[in-house]
Formats: sequence, structure tokens, C-alpha cells
Amino acid sequence: MTVLRGRAWKFGDDISTDHIIPGRYYHLRSNLPELAKHVMEDADPEFSKKVRSGDFIVAGKNFGMGSSREHAAIVIKLAKVSAVIAKSFARIFFRNAINNGLPVIIADTDKIDNGDELEVDLEKGVIKNLTKGIDIKIQPLPKVILDILKEGGIVEYIKKHKKLPVH
Amino acid sequence: MSTMAEKIFELKLGRRVSPGEFIIAPVDIVYFQDGTGPLGIRRFNDIAMEVFKPDRVHFFIDHASPSPRKELSNDHKFIREFCSKMRTNLHDYGEGISHQIIVEKYAKPGDIIVGADSHSCTSGALGAFATGVGSTDAAVAMGMGTLWFRMPESYRIEISGKLGKGVFSKDVILYIIGKLRVDGATYKAVEFVGDVIEQLSMESRFTISNMVIEMGAKVGLIPTDKETFRYLKEMRGEDNFLEIVPDAEAEYEKEFYFSADEIPPGVAAPHNVDNWKSIEDVEGIPVNQVFIGTCTNGRLEDLRIVAKILKGRKKHPETRLIISPASKKVYIDALREGLIDIFIQAEAVILPPGCGPCVGVHAGVPADNEVVVSTQNRNFKGRMGNPNAQIYLASPATAAATAIKGEITDPRDFLD
Repeated sequence: MTVLRGRAWKFGDDISTDHIIPGRYYHLRSNLPELAKHVMEDADPEFSKKVRSGDFIVAGKNFGMGSSREHAAIVIKLAKVSAVIAKSFARIFFRNAINNGLPVIIADTDKIDNGDELEVDLEKGVIKNLTKGIDIKIQPLPKVILDILKEGGIVEYIKKHKKLPVH
Repeated sequence: MSTMAEKIFELKLGRRVSPGEFIIAPVDIVYFQDGTGPLGIRRFNDIAMEVFKPDRVHFFIDHASPSPRKELSNDHKFIREFCSKMRTNLHDYGEGISHQIIVEKYAKPGDIIVGADSHSCTSGALGAFATGVGSTDAAVAMGMGTLWFRMPESYRIEISGKLGKGVFSKDVILYIIGKLRVDGATYKAVEFVGDVIEQLSMESRFTISNMVIEMGAKVGLIPTDKETFRYLKEMRGEDNFLEIVPDAEAEYEKEFYFSADEIPPGVAAPHNVDNWKSIEDVEGIPVNQVFIGTCTNGRLEDLRIVAKILKGRKKHPETRLIISPASKKVYIDALREGLIDIFIQAEAVILPPGCGPCVGVHAGVPADNEVVVSTQNRNFKGRMGNPNAQIYLASPATAAATAIKGEITDPRDFLD
């Protein structure tokens, strides 16, 4: 994981998996490219048209609450979003994102506005808000999680190491 | 000294565990539903050749069941073929909702259970460490028989006193989520204790554990007691089960106290589960559709209270009433007791056992600007398939009373 750079798309608190990928697209779950066209649709219907490769989703607290649908993390990754930055995450979404190699970053997002240009250095643990000229500290992730992210997800981790990432 | 969650892991690992620790633990039951199963199978195929223990793996076709469209029919076929090849358990159309079948037939106190569905926490009421995971985590558990966990800190919630008239376990958990908020227990193991919990039937306890995910919790545990063992005996005909209770000196990160006196019948108003309102604040809101069922409130006890209110009455002419038993067993029992007859006389539509309209796929998607009262566990925007609908969550009694009057109604108006 090198330095990630992109624009911020700002959302509020309690973004649910129904906002991220609504249940009415349930029939597209085995057709991920089609499903990904509806990413974040019930939070911002235009999101999939506006988002560019490398951009960040930035949110308040409890991002990804609700269902266990891993497709929520997958469609965000397929939209080429480089990471989700939030004050906190719901538990199942957090694990799903890591298992799919989508970085989930816990930080104070109050000083990030829609459209801000960000540069994220996961190893140094800092978000540079280039638009505002400020640095925001990232809450460090446990080693187990960094190890999985480094391999690009849990499937890749297990394929390579033939075991689970806890010693 | 150990909380219930710690005790379960300690029994499995034969050593002490502490909150925050990363652990690999054996998994007793792994399950998937039709929305998470196909992805789980694909991920499994990437990492494993054989299912670790096929008899411990279950696939449930309960979400879009029977299939409303060809894409989902193909997903169902994919699941059936996998189960046939791997000899894992398949629960097809008409069997019912995964969580209900797991509590009726499989979950045991002390088990570690992972389900690729967020409401897999339902079995916590039986003293099992049961938690929802994504498809990939469940696939890992299916292939390896183990999974990694971060040992959660525990919260203790005590509810004392005696519930008032028209107040059910659904009202209790909606009230608690309203106080703790939707992220109030994120990552935590929650234990429920106190007189109120002790007096609740096992069926009512499942409603409480089912909804802990709505405050972010990993698991919602209830200590095993006479009622736990009575239920297991009734369902399984066996009585050799572990006792899982917390140690008296167990350490909790937080403790919460509620008194039954402070809890009236209530609802969660749109669009969040913590948007709690007392019934008095929402009475009279016109309702287009009432849905009674789901893994939260589709059990026999729920249908009995609904039948008690609907008996000899009809639903409001401008309100649709949809009822779905949570499992085949619930359906058969309700038929034998004459409950289904009462529902049909009241002009309800009966759906086959399954998730019904709760997941927004079929069987009762509301129109724009419609108001729904449902006994389900989530009212997020778009949950029932239409982001322009308003969903209120309520107990079966409140839902039944509402169906009769066509507006949100205090269930006490219909109870002696």
C-alpha cells in the first residue's frame, strides 16, 4: 500500500448497507459489475457517475451499519474508491472491507469537506488534506488487519500463507 | 473472572482469554442464506477443496423464496448444486428463516456460531456465541473449521421489574436501542439479565438477541436457565446441555440498568432503529401496510398474540395485512391451533415461511410515500425495496391493533 490520493466524497453518520447497495438490487448480487453501478445510490443517486478512480468516501460515525452483505464493501472497491474514511465503522462492514482489501480508515473527519483533495499514508498513519493544508491523524489498525490488507484481502492471504492471520 | 462471551471461548480453547485479544477458535455451526451464499461459495472455491465438516454447514434459501426472478433462480440453483456436491445441509423453499431453524434445531449453549447474515446473533439467547459475518468469513469457517476473532469487551444490561400491559420483548429492545443508539454497543458482547429477562419465554428472548446488531453489538447473550433447558427439551427432546452463565465477579466495560416501569409500548420511527417513540406520540398515523413475521417476531407466541387481537375482527379496508410464519414448524403449529384461520378471516394474506417483504426483494414492496408498520428489525431507508416508503417497527400486538384500525394504534386498546 503506497500513498493514496484522491478527492473526498462526504457523507453523514449511520450510512447503512441499504444506502450503499439497496436490497432492491438483490438480484444483481451475482453480477457485480452491474451491481456496482448502484453504489451509494440511496445516499447520493449520482455518486456512481461522479466518482473517479482513487477517490475517497468520507463519512461520520458508524459507516456500514446493518446487513452483513459483503457486496457493500465490494461495490465500493469496484467503484475504484481507494479507501473509506470515517469516525467509526459498523463491525461486519469493517471486517468485510478488510477481507476484500478495501482500506477502512478511522479518523476525525470533521475537517474534511466534500471535494477536498486528500493524500493518505497508511504506514505513517496520516491524512494530508491538501485543500485545507492540514494533517489529520489516523487511528492505528492492529497488525492482524494490516497483514490482511497488505495481501489484498483474506482470500489472498490464505492462498499465500495457507493459514489464518493470527499467530 | 469471566463474562458469558469469555466463558464460551475459554471452554473451547481451554485457557483464559481477555478482551481485545485476537484468537483463532473452532466454529460449531456455519450458515449462509441465498443473498450471501453464492458469494460465499465462490470465495470458498478460491481457498478450499473440501468442506471442513459438512454436517455443521447449512444453506438457507429464505430471502427471495420462492424466487421472484430468473437471476435469483440461478443463484438458488447454484446453492443447491453446491450443497448436493459437498453434502452440506440445504433448507429450501418453505422451510423458513435461517435464524429460526437454527434455534429450533441446531444451536446449543456454548456453541460458536457464524452466519453470513447480520441477524445470526439470534442464537445468543440460548447462550451461544452467535454472530453475523460476511460471505468470505463464513467461507473461511466452512473451509477451515475455524475463524479469527477479536475477543470483544462485554456490556451488561439489567432490566428489572415486571412488564406492563401491552409491553412485549420487542418494546423492551426498541426502547433500549433508542437509549444506547444504533452504534451504542459496536463490537461489544452484550449480556441481558434481570427479572424481566428471567420472566420472558425463550421465544421472546430471541427477539431481544436478534436485535443487538441494531446497536452494533457482536453478540447478545442471555444466561441459560430453566426456561432455556425447557425450550431445548421441547424442541430437541434432549436435556444434556451446557450451562452458560457469567461469573459473579465478571468484569464489564459498561453496565446499564432499566426498569420495566419506564418502558411503554413503542415504535422505531423512520429511518433508523434508534428513532424510538412512545406509542402515544405516533398514534393515529395512517398506515397502508402491516407486516407480521420475520426472524424478529414470526414465532408461535407472536402469532398467538396477533390471533388474540384479530379474532372475530377484520383488518381495516384500506390497510393491507401480510403475515408470514418464521418456519415450517411455526406454520404447522399455527395451523393446528386455528391461528391461520383467524388470520384469513381477518383478511390477511399468508406468505410461506421465509423473510417475506422485510428484505425488499418481493412479496409486499410498498409504494412511494406509503407507511408500513412491521414486526421486523430494520427500518432503514429503502429496506423494504422502496426508499420513498416510511417504515415503523413495532411489536406483533401493536402491528395487529394497527391493522384493524388502519392507523398506528396502542395495543392496550385491544387487550384485557
